[in-house]
Amino acid sequence: MAVIHKYLRRMVEFPNVWCAGCGNGIILSATVNAIDSLGLSRDEVVLVSGIGCSSRAPLYVDFNTLHTTHGRAIAFATGVKLANPKLTVIVITGDGDAAAIGGNHLIHACRRNIDITTIIFNNYIYGMTGGQYSPTTPFGDRASTMPYGNTDQPFDLCKLTIGAGATFVARSTVYHAKILESYIKKGLENNGFSVIDVLTNCHVIYGRYNKKGTAAQMINWFKENTVNVNTAIKEWGNLETAEENLKGKILTGIFKDKSQPEYTAEYDKLIERLKEKAVK
Amino acid sequence: MTKRAIRLLQGNEAFCEGAILAGIRFFAGYPITPSSEIAEEMSRRLPLISGKFIQMEDEIASMGAIIGASLTGLKSMTATSGPGFSLKQENIGYASFIEVPCIIINIQRGGPSTGLPTYVSQADMMQAKWGSHGDYPIIAVCPASVQECITVTILAVNLSEKYRVPVIILSDEVMGHMREKVEIPLPEEIELIERKRPTCPPEEYKPFDDVPDYIPPLANFGEGYRFHVTGLTHNEWGKPAMDPVSTHKLLTRLKNKIDRNIENICKYETLYCDDAEKIIVAYGISYRVAKTAVLKARENGIKVGLFKLITIWPFPSIQFKKICSKAKHFIVPELNQGQIIGEVMKYAPKDAEIVGVNKYDGTILEPDEIYKAIV
Repeated sequence: MAVIHKYLRRMVEFPNVWCAGCGNGIILSATVNAIDSLGLSRDEVVLVSGIGCSSRAPLYVDFNTLHTTHGRAIAFATGVKLANPKLTVIVITGDGDAAAIGGNHLIHACRRNIDITTIIFNNYIYGMTGGQYSPTTPFGDRASTMPYGNTDQPFDLCKLTIGAGATFVARSTVYHAKILESYIKKGLENNGFSVIDVLTNCHVIYGRYNKKGTAAQMINWFKENTVNVNTAIKEWGNLETAEENLKGKILTGIFKDKSQPEYTAEYDKLIERLKEKAVK
Repeated sequence: MTKRAIRLLQGNEAFCEGAILAGIRFFAGYPITPSSEIAEEMSRRLPLISGKFIQMEDEIASMGAIIGASLTGLKSMTATSGPGFSLKQENIGYASFIEVPCIIINIQRGGPSTGLPTYVSQADMMQAKWGSHGDYPIIAVCPASVQECITVTILAVNLSEKYRVPVIILSDEVMGHMREKVEIPLPEEIELIERKRPTCPPEEYKPFDDVPDYIPPLANFGEGYRFHVTGLTHNEWGKPAMDPVSTHKLLTRLKNKIDRNIENICKYETLYCDDAEKIIVAYGISYRVAKTAVLKARENGIKVGLFKLITIWPFPSIQFKKICSKAKHFIVPELNQGQIIGEVMKYAPKDAEIVGVNKYDGTILEPDEIYKAIV
């Protein structure tokens, strides 16, 4: 029996809301596997999501789950985590949810380094609303609101969140399911703000607009068009040279894994300091 | 018995006194005039009592954070003013729909838009009721003295916990910045209401159950009752359910939760209403001015009464109709172009004459402006 079966909610009827072949289930499964491998009690795990295809994921699994408003998952998660730092808080979000309407919360949570693991289901498109371009739609690609090709520049979510101060930042794809699971696990182990940017296939809308083929072809495309950051550095010496030589390819791997003071721990220290002062 | 401390406090400081006495232990906010003193005071006070304060990146985030914190069981609050109150509306509707207790203080300033950041107004009265989309339950209360900034905040927290509903404290710039002598209630004098918790086994727990009193128990995240919370229309388990039957059932329960409890929820005060031919309906800072006008009118033998609204939403329609059934004239002084006057029109006797005394220039009413409307 797959690990995820242990965690499926009894009240929910299947099939789920996702289109057949959607990569989101692979990310949810990797998330649950990572939680399970860490031996966390399901009572102490809180999944918080925003709005969009990605954000429907928490409903299906038996944790404390909070499906919030568009873009705001990280803000709600910040309240949950600060109010009860013992909880393991995971944000499930998408490229539109996290980087457009929720972009401000994303960068500030990075800056604060609050212990939340954010998993971005990045499918380059607003799927649920019918295929409008998102802040990660590649330049030139088509979408329902970019019918002649994208004239807008996309975010590199890893560079953005590294710049903003996240302490664990990695990228993977739904092809690399086991590696993805290990990144989520590392993200959960990091005592700070972790970002895992996961490329996933929306073959039904993004794929159709951009002639990317079937789900299997898109997943295979992730395999063929990604290069691990360690391999790239080994081959080209450093990241800058590697990026110049990697035209069209996407870098995956762990980009940052660094220990820094965590927000809720610092706040608890403040409370302790004030208590000691009061005793004196 | 220990004596109550007597202090000279600003309204915004008094809100914090009330909040802490009522058990608020989480505050998230964003700086905005004229409410910022509340955030400042909470940032100083909360860590001293193991509570949590956070200044979020924007108004929307601070509303989100208090909802998240409340779901872990901490009584939570935010404070803002006009533009921030507008920004919070989507998440206020969300909190109402998922039935999470939380407190939003709105220190009203002149609008619309950036308007008059440092001057008074009472122009968000209707926004407090209708500001978020859809039909949703909400409670709003309004203090009329610095002492009431304490007592009304305690009332607000209790109502929020009891009814699983966000409660908005509608104050204003003058009340927030005015200093008055207050007596700090002793903790043993305060009755605190805590949200109903589930007692059933976790597998039977329905966080949105259609219970006879309309208020299902709320479990804390992290304590064994794992449940799903969504802003989608949902069934009693919290599962999205968007069919007509489930939708109608949920929205009706949420409406009944407030509408069937108007007499339990609503607080008001009356002065000389028994024999009054004319009744002034007032709230907040305008109530204080109206009181001076009423006392002067009574000295001059005019039969005028005063109906003071403490609860604004739901409007105390049942009590108002009983008390004001004989009056023929109503005067509604407000620092806006006429908002609560609409409620008075709804519930006053059919043939009554109803006039507003409206000021919307960033200053408060003078007693004579109301007195002139009486005579």
